[in-house]
Amino acid sequence: MDSRHDRAPDSRTPEPERSQTTLRVNGKPHTLMVDHRRVLLDLLREDLGLTGAKKGCDHGQCGACTVLVDGRRMNGCLLLAVALDGSEITTVEGLAGDGEDLHPLQQAFLDRDAFQCGYCTPGQICSAAGVLAEAAAGHPSHVTDPAAPSGEPVALGREEIRERMSGNLCRCGAYPRIVDAVEDVIP
Amino acid sequence: MKPFAYVRAGSVEEATDAFAAHPGARYLGGGTNLVDLMKLGVEAPAALVDVTRLPLDAVEELPDGSLQVGATVRNSDLAAHPVVRDRYPALSQALLAGASGQLRNAATTGGNLLQRTRCPYFQDRSKPCNKREPGSGCGALEGVHRDHAVLGHSDQCIATNPSDMAVALAALDARVELTGPDGSRSVPAADFHRLPGMHPERDTEILPGELITGVLLPAATAGLPSAYRKARDRASYAFALASVAVVLDVGDGVVERAGIAFGALAHRPWRARRAEDALIGAAPTTAAFEHALDLELAAAEPLRDNAFKVPLARRIALDVLSRLAPPATT
Repeated sequence: MDSRHDRAPDSRTPEPERSQTTLRVNGKPHTLMVDHRRVLLDLLREDLGLTGAKKGCDHGQCGACTVLVDGRRMNGCLLLAVALDGSEITTVEGLAGDGEDLHPLQQAFLDRDAFQCGYCTPGQICSAAGVLAEAAAGHPSHVTDPAAPSGEPVALGREEIRERMSGNLCRCGAYPRIVDAVEDVIP
Repeated sequence: MKPFAYVRAGSVEEATDAFAAHPGARYLGGGTNLVDLMKLGVEAPAALVDVTRLPLDAVEELPDGSLQVGATVRNSDLAAHPVVRDRYPALSQALLAGASGQLRNAATTGGNLLQRTRCPYFQDRSKPCNKREPGSGCGALEGVHRDHAVLGHSDQCIATNPSDMAVALAALDARVELTGPDGSRSVPAADFHRLPGMHPERDTEILPGELITGVLLPAATAGLPSAYRKARDRASYAFALASVAVVLDVGDGVVERAGIAFGALAHRPWRARRAEDALIGAAPTTAAFEHALDLELAAAEPLRDNAFKVPLARRIALDVLSRLAPPATT
């Protein structure tokens, strides 16, 4: 048994390997004592029971764990929860808000049958939500014409969607329909 | 992963003090490489000093026409910054050629410069690697080394630097700004990373405890034609097989300034000084570009399985030089 467990807990003394962390997840505040090694993905899945974000590679290569952190898409598997103290997290469970309706991206993925096994889908949908926000904010991509004016929204064609979604792998190969689904939601 | 202490720094001084107070500490930026290396057991810091909330998140135009980029500016924000896109297009293009949207949203300017090689032997603790464990040998020398160095490598290490951003910074004559226990200094971006020599465990010229506080993009290259091109196995989301950043200024029919840096060919962004020297004062013709690139790449010493990188690098550099030269001069 680890000797740390033998000591009486003392809330005044900061623990060397754990810290209190507060995150707002899908609009609800959660204050947890987290092991510094805890990554956001494991916190969501294991501590909060939000199993929408998936563990694929666990190394930031597949995008299955994509969630929104303060509105920006990131890989939950590479973010230490303790470093996110005070952040607002949105997972696929919270994307549509409180109502009965699905988020337009969720509906488009259903309408377009944009998956086979579905494992990568929550990450794809959260990533697509990030893509739409980034393009609207004028963020260029690798395939955006360098001469395009700075700061203006970027029009998303299929090539732009494919490039911007390249951090989300789909081993079933549903890519063409994923692009269809994202294209359906472009304002 | 081994347990570690966590300290969130509110100022540069707090960060360097915390680093000094915790032997075995590492600074934590976006964590996209460091956290992964901790999962792999390649890094096992005793403490992380989180520098992501330092007040270093601004991109500022200075009165002398240079551009000051804070160390915690995220890669996606730097790539999208109007001044970067308009005056230093090679930098924006290099950033956008790297990683994925998710990773660029997390990764910082300082962290990008300090990312480690993706050499599979470095990332696999069951294999020998002089960079990870000095003296243990190099598994890549006779192993899988298609992605490895063709310039400036040693018999100790043939790893390449994986950054796209750093290649553009080297070509643009940027400077890396550092603060440490002994004060502040700045280093040319082209000299920030090292060649492996006998000490591949040292990637950069950074001293223990020093923190990258920012990057300075000089007025001298602001607004000059520049571009970045990357060749890779996939169209997106892959490390480079070869890449090149070029800054080219042509006036009165001759090259007045040239900055050429190659990526994925060496242990650091490879500033092609020989090629640049050959171009200064020459007419920007295809023949002149070819001659200059051949002079530079004559130094290449490919390994068993990566000789393809040399003509690949030559081809993409020739393409970018030709595109940047004024029409009708090539």
